[in-house]
Amino acid sequence: MILMALNFAFVAVALSQLLAMLRLVKGPSTGDRILALDTMVINAIALIILLGMRLGTQVYFESALIIAMLGFVSTVAIARFVLRGDIIE
Amino acid sequence: MITEAIIAALLVIGAFFTLVGSIGLIKLDNCMSRLHGPTKASTLGVGALLLASVVYSFNTADGSVHEILVMAFLFVTAPISGNFIAKVNMHSLRGKQALPPPPDDHVWGTYSEK
Repeated sequence: MILMALNFAFVAVALSQLLAMLRLVKGPSTGDRILALDTMVINAIALIILLGMRLGTQVYFESALIIAMLGFVSTVAIARFVLRGDIIE
Repeated sequence: MITEAIIAALLVIGAFFTLVGSIGLIKLDNCMSRLHGPTKASTLGVGALLLASVVYSFNTADGSVHEILVMAFLFVTAPISGNFIAKVNMHSLRGKQALPPPPDDHVWGTYSEK
């Protein structure tokens, strides 16, 4: 039962990653692209957690944490660059 | 048996809300309302998947709760990045001219010339 649910979750999260990538390509505004990148980072965290459950190890947790931190910082950095033309003033 | 059912239910709920978030991102028609979709993916979606991972680790091995750390970090940072993206959308929706003039010796924060 867990294996079936895991496979369903893999397919659903991969599909949502593809949809977010479609929004990243389509745009049309910069805010949409930043939002699509943020969503892709969150979906990547979900995929890594699912992979860790599937392989039965705990090592993937740390990469999920690092990707969460990097995703937040990069979203704020791009948004700030669009807003002010500079990241650290 | 019951634990396995809980893990499977959490996985399905998390995957469903992640998919709903991305469908909202692709289907909603205006850039401010598109902000609304992925919030479901980042709170309910990833939250349920991380809870499933915690319960799964208690079911198979010794158990660990450090996935809660990722969840707490996402819950704290999601409003901040949402606020920044909304500001970017505000800048692209209305220009500097649409605003009323600021008081003397002041500038509109994010529109100011540096």
